[in-house]
Amino acid sequence: MKTNDLIIQTTTKLVFFIIFLFSIHIFFAGHYTPGGGFVGGLLMSSAIVLLLLAFDLKTVKEMLPVNYTVVTAIGLLISIATAAGSIFFNVPFFTHVYDYFNIPLLGKTSIHTAMFFDTGVYLVVVGVTMTIIQMIGGDE
Amino acid sequence: MINLLLFPVLIPFLFATILLFFPKKVKAQRVITTLGLLTALVSAFALLWKVKTDGVQSLTLGSWAPPFGITMVSDMMSTLLVTSSLLIALFVVWFSFTSIGIKRETSFYYPAILFMLTGVNGAFTTGDIFNMFVFFEVLLMSSYVLIVLGGEKVQLRESIKYILVNVVSSSLFVITVGYLYSIVGTLNMADISIKLAAIGQAGIVTVIAVLFLIVFGIKGAIFPLFFWLPGSYAAPPIPVLTLFGALLTKVGVYAIIRTYTLFFTTDIGFTHELLMIISILTIIAGCIGALAYFDVKKIVIYNIIIAVGVILFGASVMNESGMMGSIFYLIHDILIKGALFLLIGVIIHITGTSDLRKMGGLIKRYPVLGWSYLIAAFGLAGIPPLSGFIGKLLIVQGGLEGELLWQSIFILASSLIVLLSAIRIFIYAFWGEEKGVQQVQPRTYRHLLAPTITLVVITVLYGVGSEYLVPFMTDATTVLLDPSVYTDAVFGGGK
Amino acid sequence: MEILMSILIGFLFMAAVYLILSRSLLRIIIGTGLLSHGTHLLLLTMGGLGGKAAPVLTEGVTVKDYVDPLPQALILTAIVISFGVTAFSLVLAYRTYKELGTDNMDLMKGTEDND
Repeated sequence: MKTNDLIIQTTTKLVFFIIFLFSIHIFFAGHYTPGGGFVGGLLMSSAIVLLLLAFDLKTVKEMLPVNYTVVTAIGLLISIATAAGSIFFNVPFFTHVYDYFNIPLLGKTSIHTAMFFDTGVYLVVVGVTMTIIQMIGGDE
Repeated sequence: MINLLLFPVLIPFLFATILLFFPKKVKAQRVITTLGLLTALVSAFALLWKVKTDGVQSLTLGSWAPPFGITMVSDMMSTLLVTSSLLIALFVVWFSFTSIGIKRETSFYYPAILFMLTGVNGAFTTGDIFNMFVFFEVLLMSSYVLIVLGGEKVQLRESIKYILVNVVSSSLFVITVGYLYSIVGTLNMADISIKLAAIGQAGIVTVIAVLFLIVFGIKGAIFPLFFWLPGSYAAPPIPVLTLFGALLTKVGVYAIIRTYTLFFTTDIGFTHELLMIISILTIIAGCIGALAYFDVKKIVIYNIIIAVGVILFGASVMNESGMMGSIFYLIHDILIKGALFLLIGVIIHITGTSDLRKMGGLIKRYPVLGWSYLIAAFGLAGIPPLSGFIGKLLIVQGGLEGELLWQSIFILASSLIVLLSAIRIFIYAFWGEEKGVQQVQPRTYRHLLAPTITLVVITVLYGVGSEYLVPFMTDATTVLLDPSVYTDAVFGGGK
Repeated sequence: MEILMSILIGFLFMAAVYLILSRSLLRIIIGTGLLSHGTHLLLLTMGGLGGKAAPVLTEGVTVKDYVDPLPQALILTAIVISFGVTAFSLVLAYRTYKELGTDNMDLMKGTEDND
């Protein structure tokens, strides 16, 4: 049975980007306040799940042609590479450093190695959650 | 290279991540897995050398001061275990090339093995009790994947029980860590050791000791918590079974030995007595199982349980010979169980069944297999000069020094039952009328036999060359019997 | 407050054990979820309740005022792990249901006769 999903489909197209931006916001908020890669990643995957609710799996795969296993692998690789950077400086694993940079538009911003680690976490969470959901949902 | 002790944990993790990118390219998967394991093995040997020359290595992650950050500690015992688990994994992967089948190889089989090794080596290396929980979960998650991979009916059915048992035991682990934290206010194992020694003998500490015994006992399959093991381990294919049988229970045993030598040393009269009684009961239960079945897989699986009992008995007497015997026997058991499972894997491949009554007379066509099985069986039972002998001798000696006469005699008697159960496989499968022999391509047979024989040779060398291993074992024993060596290494800055 | 929490944790464990001992796979998985919730609350209680300030030493905040941050970090880790395990076991339960055609644990007993 084909239901008329016009309202949810139209809103989803808009809301998806709002959730996406919010997840990025939460991700950067994790720098000094509550938030971070895990929550941001979950928000991002919830946005994709919303797309899956509004459209079917095939359409979403055409919209976002992403292999989520690869996303997970890239995330893991980023995280471990950031942490392993300390090996080359012969300091204990996971040692973090930060500094302040003057970035155009943003002004004086602190950049922290933990942020790169969190980018990896973000990707892993999105990848794993979507893999699980596709595995259950794709098996009709 | 202060990060050297992390390499055996990180290298499998890194290679597993790389493997995730191209699951369908079987050749590349095989090559990269072997490469990763070899690199990890080299780093493990380097670490072994470093621990031998410089003493216990320790590193607190993130450059925090020791009790606050997560500490990783490599003493001789953990390094030996890390090295032997990587060695076993290498042989299992080699064996898998011909036996596991293309379908499993393309569905994340090799990454799962490498992730499991990350968990196993991490659990051996960590010096933080909560971090040990995390590494346990890493290895359990990968073992869930491995046990269910392939999706046969029996696998699905058994893996549900396996997961359920482990989820409950993980919850118990967290609860126990919570209780411990409420008393000592720290998670660093060296710090816990110092704080608990300051508290002295207290009822709640004994309760926590028994809770830890239950938690690790479920993973390590002690009596009466081994009930899940025979069913679950018999479900997956042989290489996975080998990996589980050789490594997973040993992680539980290692955790029991570590906590019972480092933390709970104040009320030995109760906790170690309990450990001793339970280890004897474990041996009895294992012996009954090993004699009761006609299924080759089940017989060897019940032999795991016997070995767990023997190792824990040696550790429970808390003297030098017993402890050294335990470590000798622990490493021996990892190697010999690996060899035995691979051997019965070849037998099952030839006969197509795991039922002893449906096989026989293999010795005529496969003499090499038969004789190497016999050597492995003798090694398992501890016939000198093979690998099980020195460990069992020291354990019995430790038992006698600890004035446990009957228990020590019992350990000796259990060796006979182990021998009987292993020889039963030999008699049924290799002697008598030829039956159940399928045509196996000589090429496949050779490919299966090569890793198996090499592993048997290694176990023989381990037994014959145990003289040269004694200095290593002495180092491991010293740390276990004197917690201050461990704590000094952690708080001494780990240089 | 600790006593109230203990009662709550005990209640969660009770419900979890009841659900885990039932026959339906889905109930068992919900039971393990409740079990881990109870465990996390226990961890929080064991670290000591109370404390008003965030665990950052600033002006006016002494060691006595602030919350113990460690149990919270542990709980976060444990939550992520139990999230992963629950997701995995849900997928597994679904596959098992499709393969074996049942979610009744009674029918999944044994090894030889039920194949």
